[in-house]
Amino acid sequence: MTELAVNVSGLRKRYGDVTAVNGLDLAIRPGEVFGILGPNGAGKSTTVEILQGHRSRDAGEVSVLGADPASGDRRWRSRVGIVWQDESAPAELTVRETVTHFARYYPTPRDPSEVISLVGLQEKAGKRIKALSGGQRRRLDVALGVIGAPELLLLDEPTTGFDPAARRRFWELIRLLADEGATIVLTTHYLEEAEALADRLAVVAAGRVVAEGTPAQLRQAHGVEATVAWTDPDGTARSLVTDTPTRTVAGLMRRFDGEIPDLTVTRPSLEDVYLGLIGQRQLQSATATEGETR
Amino acid sequence: MSTSTTAVGGRGTAQQTARGTLPGAWRLGLARGALEVKQFFRQRDQAVFTFAFPIVFLFLFASIFSDDVEGAGITASQLYVPAMIAAGIMATSFQSLGISIAIERDEKQLRRLRGTPMPPAAYFLGKVWLVLVTGLLEAAALLAVGTVFYGVDLPTDPGAWLRFGWIFLLGLTGCALLGIAVSSVPRSGQSASSVVILPFLVLQFISGVYISIDTIPSWMLNIGALFPLKWLAQGLRGVFLPESAAVLEQAGSWEYGRVALVLGAWCIGGLALCLMTFRWKSRRDG
Repeated sequence: MTELAVNVSGLRKRYGDVTAVNGLDLAIRPGEVFGILGPNGAGKSTTVEILQGHRSRDAGEVSVLGADPASGDRRWRSRVGIVWQDESAPAELTVRETVTHFARYYPTPRDPSEVISLVGLQEKAGKRIKALSGGQRRRLDVALGVIGAPELLLLDEPTTGFDPAARRRFWELIRLLADEGATIVLTTHYLEEAEALADRLAVVAAGRVVAEGTPAQLRQAHGVEATVAWTDPDGTARSLVTDTPTRTVAGLMRRFDGEIPDLTVTRPSLEDVYLGLIGQRQLQSATATEGETR
Repeated sequence: MSTSTTAVGGRGTAQQTARGTLPGAWRLGLARGALEVKQFFRQRDQAVFTFAFPIVFLFLFASIFSDDVEGAGITASQLYVPAMIAAGIMATSFQSLGISIAIERDEKQLRRLRGTPMPPAAYFLGKVWLVLVTGLLEAAALLAVGTVFYGVDLPTDPGAWLRFGWIFLLGLTGCALLGIAVSSVPRSGQSASSVVILPFLVLQFISGVYISIDTIPSWMLNIGALFPLKWLAQGLRGVFLPESAAVLEQAGSWEYGRVALVLGAWCIGGLALCLMTFRWKSRRDG
């Protein structure tokens, strides 16, 4: 299988004076769970809306399931599931009525009752949508996104506003869909979400991809330095950021007789890498490494 | 959760080409129509006031102006019955669609539909079914009030009912399409009712709904004659008033041919207008 599920190169989009997407490239393979991670305003939503076929672009090549989303036909739409960032469903209909109705639009839909219980709304199935809580509506959005059994699911910040339990539950759902073979593209500004779900990640800042790879690759490529910390005999906390922590520890072993007080060797977390990539490293390190002896 | 063997058959590249056929627009239009009607009647206050508005106006006008109309063999009350039926048909189609679609667009319900493989025609068909049901109920209610209180006789001639049928259908369809088109004008759902109601009110004045045709300046009538309401009202007067009342018309007759022509033209022109201007997203969404 050589064809990419999503192939984007040189994507550009401006709104007036503001450049939202500035030469963005993506290559997403079929069956992959792909996370687009970035701060607010980085161009994630604009990118996903262009992939959905709901926003025009100024420049660049975009192919989604082998077609240009700007001219996607009904058949193409039936293969793509969408969960938007902000949604509204007909308030006066019940959950079951809505999901059952949307299933009719698709050639090979999933079973509506199955989808309703998949998103954990089985107890609310007979309730009108206007009576649902925000989190429950969000789950309905997800149900409507997957009812058509899409080959590609595009989710724009799907768990914003979820409580931690609902988020875990949503993650389970995404893993389940991924296990069935769907390609999943989601944007998020929650790092732990990207790390928990995504096979691969693209970190987006200022409208372009600043790093791409598996979470482990990102850590390796962009966070090689480790921090060695200990306490000196006079009680001063010390830390050293170094490429060669083993050598540092060996040196400390010679200085100290026996145990090195409070010794820790830490590799940067994905969050450190991420913050560094989106240009907030200075801010972060200023507070985190007091007493540095570099 | 034990889930999901059902979906597996639909996926995988080998089966991509073999995915089932897409459901047709006509069938989905029927399904949408049923859903639209269900939603309409569940919004109880909206349903009640949509129906009540023309009935209250009929009551007001037909009770205030009840004298005999000179030389026409009818009372002013009788004159108001077909006029308010025409206004009621336009209220349930033009006004309610113009407002409700603007709100659906603002709430991003339309954008969601656009993200599904639903054919756009199914959406418009659903709206047509909705206004057929509500328009028919509105017309029946007004006709009941008119025959019970204001001395309008129901036609006994099947030919008159046939005329009512085509005038109703053409007028309703034309006004519905005009309503779908006008829903793209307001910038937000909140402003929709102001944007839609003003032209509708003006049209009711210059189309001989509130004020009898023979007292309106002819330049106003000529503007009104560009739009469907004047012809809808005129055709309905022909159906429900005695032949002697035709002297009140601008042309001194019911002009069924011209009624059919203008209403038919609005159906075709309105459809073209909808197809050219309909937006699935609000302007703010670009």
